[in-house]
Order: sequence, then structure tokens, then C-alpha cells
Amino acid sequence: MALLSKKDANLILDPLADNNPITIQVLGICSALAITAELKASLVMAISVIFVMGIGNVVISLLRNLIPSKIRIIAQLIVVATLVIVVDQVLKAFAYELSKTLSVFVGLIITNCIIMGRFEAFALGNGVWRSFLDGIGNALGYGLILVIVGFFRELLGSGTLLGYPVLGDPIAKTGLYSIGYENNGFMIIPPAALIVVGVIIWVQRSRNKALIEEA
Amino acid sequence: MAINTEKNGYTIIFAIVMVIVVGSLLAFLASSLSDRIKENERFEKQQNILYAMGVNENTPDSGVNFIPTDVVEDKFNQNVKEQYVLIDGEIKKDDGAFSLDVKKEISAFKKGEQARLPIFVGENDGENVYVLPMYGKGLWDAIWGFISVDKNMVVQGVYFDHKGETAGLGANIKLRFFMDDFIGESLLNDGSYSGITVSKTNNDPLNEDKEDNEVDAIAGSTITGNGVTAMIKETLKAYKPYLETIRNN
Repeated sequence: MALLSKKDANLILDPLADNNPITIQVLGICSALAITAELKASLVMAISVIFVMGIGNVVISLLRNLIPSKIRIIAQLIVVATLVIVVDQVLKAFAYELSKTLSVFVGLIITNCIIMGRFEAFALGNGVWRSFLDGIGNALGYGLILVIVGFFRELLGSGTLLGYPVLGDPIAKTGLYSIGYENNGFMIIPPAALIVVGVIIWVQRSRNKALIEEA
Repeated sequence: MAINTEKNGYTIIFAIVMVIVVGSLLAFLASSLSDRIKENERFEKQQNILYAMGVNENTPDSGVNFIPTDVVEDKFNQNVKEQYVLIDGEIKKDDGAFSLDVKKEISAFKKGEQARLPIFVGENDGENVYVLPMYGKGLWDAIWGFISVDKNMVVQGVYFDHKGETAGLGANIKLRFFMDDFIGESLLNDGSYSGITVSKTNNDPLNEDKEDNEVDAIAGSTITGNGVTAMIKETLKAYKPYLETIRNN
């Protein structure tokens, strides 16, 4: 017997590919541009968003019959902001080093439109378990793209992965650098993220023609 | 029984309840964690000061390795011998220097108000080192750090940190390849406090020229680098009366 029914499994799998929040819905682009110059930052952001979206969707789903529709957006904002502050405070107390790495992204999590989007579109109308899966699925889909973009930007821009030099030493001219290879400084700056995301979208749509919108 | 969630009265009550619940939750969390957070911040500051003095666990190829948090307090008390405060050009011994808020004091100094500028005198390998806190601005937000000099104004070590510089670019000011370049540079040039310039035209990637008051900038982080240069200059301006007394002793 499968762990999840097919319908439930799709809640996780769909956002990873055919309904990816970044490449298909084009949400969350802002943070995808800002933080993907390094793979580590991408990973940290991905994990934070998985946490906030998983729990946030559950909370909103639990409250879905209580939240007055007139102030639902404010209620959603309060839930995200609270979760983010809780994460921030707990990390500062128990994992101080990590909290320093994360500090920049905390604000970005609150403004991530994927989170608000899923609260509004899914958690307000669905049960707790399904909302949880949907939150995790969308956050994973978001995280997957961040990690792919971060991987290429750090590799091509700095010649490192997670801070470890993988292509040799650019100053001492070892490894690939000895045959004239140079780091591409352009990959470090935010516009490069748009290009990488664009390439991912192109690859994805050329593999699955159904994703191409009618003009 | 379904509740009518569309009534105004319900909306107001919901909003009030939600704010009270969330507010008390956060207040409770903040007050129960604040001791731990303050302790972490104190350890971090001690680690940073020691790091700038050259007391750290770096090996030639390692990244930035601080003294571990469980021993940092002892190590700090061993290595930092005296704390002073510089007020209006007067130097006073004051063991409360550590808890002063550098950001507040330096901005007061810049405004021309009375400032209490902290100074830490430490000992490393039998030599006195003088650690000065720095505070300035980078591209997006604040940058700060510590710089330590010996009595000849030769830099013994620096530590930089930042609030939100660009990851992979300006954020690299807190990496060793950048900070190590400062060690051995002099703050003096022909007797005047010229500081150290983060320069795009230094052309000294191996960092061999220690006489030029310049270190190599990081490509793509011009404004953060200029911020570092300005921050060092400001610090020298603020601490000049104290540095003069060290040199004349």
C-alpha cells in the first residue's frame, strides 16, 4: 500500500515539475534572484520556506472556517509573520551561527508571494492534511529551483560549491584555470538568475509541450 | 453549528483575539529566550574581539575559526587585560566598555555629541594589541567590525561583519581571503592617519606590498569595499587622541 493516495501524492509532485511555483506560476522570483548567488544560501532559504509553508498552511487550514473573509489577507500575514519571528528567535537562542546566515532571508520569507498564494488558493479551502502536503510540495518546488539556480551560479560565477573550490584555484592557476578557464563574474549578479530561470523554463517547456500557453 | 463569519462584530472580535493570542505568544517567547540570546550575542562579540586580536583557531587553509563558545569567556578574560573609554579626547579606564553599544556611540561621535568610545587592550604573544570597534555602512545596510593595531600602528588583525551585504559579493568581507590582507598593513602614511584603502587598482593579489596602505578590493562589491575604507577612516578620526598616546609611549 502506498504511503499517500495518488491524489495526495500529486499535491507534492505537481509543484515539483508541471505546476512549479517559480517556472510555471512565476511566483517568488524576487527572492530567487536575490539569494541564489551561493548554493548554501539557496539551501538555507529552501529549508526555511519548507518549514514556514508546511506549518503556515496547517494553521490557516485549521482556522479556515473561523477567519472572516474581509480580513483574511491580514490574518494570513499575521500567521506568516508570527511563524517567521518564532523561527528567528528560536534560532538565535539555540543555533546562533545559523541564525546569522539566515538573518537576511527572514524578511524575504514574509514577502514571498508563494506563501500567501498557497494560503489563499489552497489552505483556506482544504483540509489540514492536504494543506500540509500542498505547502510542503510547493515549498519543495520552490526550493528545487533555488538549488538548481544556486548550483549553476556558484559553480560558474565563483568556481566553488558550498564554498569548496571544485574547479581549482583561480589565483594560483590550478585545475581548470591552468588551461585558461575564467570565472564568469556575470553569474554572481542578480540578472544572471533570471537567465538561469529562463533556461530552466525553456528546457521544461520544450520537454512538455502541454505547458506552453496559447498566444 | 456554523458561525456567521461575515458579521462586523465577529470580524472585530476575531481580529482582537488573534492579535492578543499572537502578541502574548511572541512576548512570552521573546522574554523566555532573551537571556540565551543575550548570552549568544556576548559570546559572539568576545569571539570577534579575540579574532581581531589574532586569537583564533585558524589554520593556514581553514576558514574563519573562532574560539569555541564554551571557552570564549575564559579566553577573553585571559587575553583582554584592560578596557578603556575615550570621552572627548580623555581616556578613562572603564570595565563597562564591553557592554557599550558601538553603533550608538559612533553615531553620536559623528553628530558631534559626547560619545563613549570603547577600547580593548589585549595581549597576544607578549605584545600589547589595541582593539578598536568600527561601525559604518555598506551597500544595503550596516557593516561593523574590530581592528587591532600594535604600538607602531601596524594592523594585527581585523574582523568585519555585515547585516545584509550581497551574498557572494559584499558579504565576502567576512571571509579570510579579504580580512587576512589587512594584517601587516600600516594605518600610517608619512605620519598621518591615512587608514587602509580597499582598492580596485591595487594589483596585489598575493598581498605582498605592506607599505601602500591598500588592500585588493573584491570584484563586484565596490560600494561595500568603499564602505570598509570609510569605516576605517572614521574609526581613526574618532580614536586619534588615543592612538597618539599609544605611539608616544
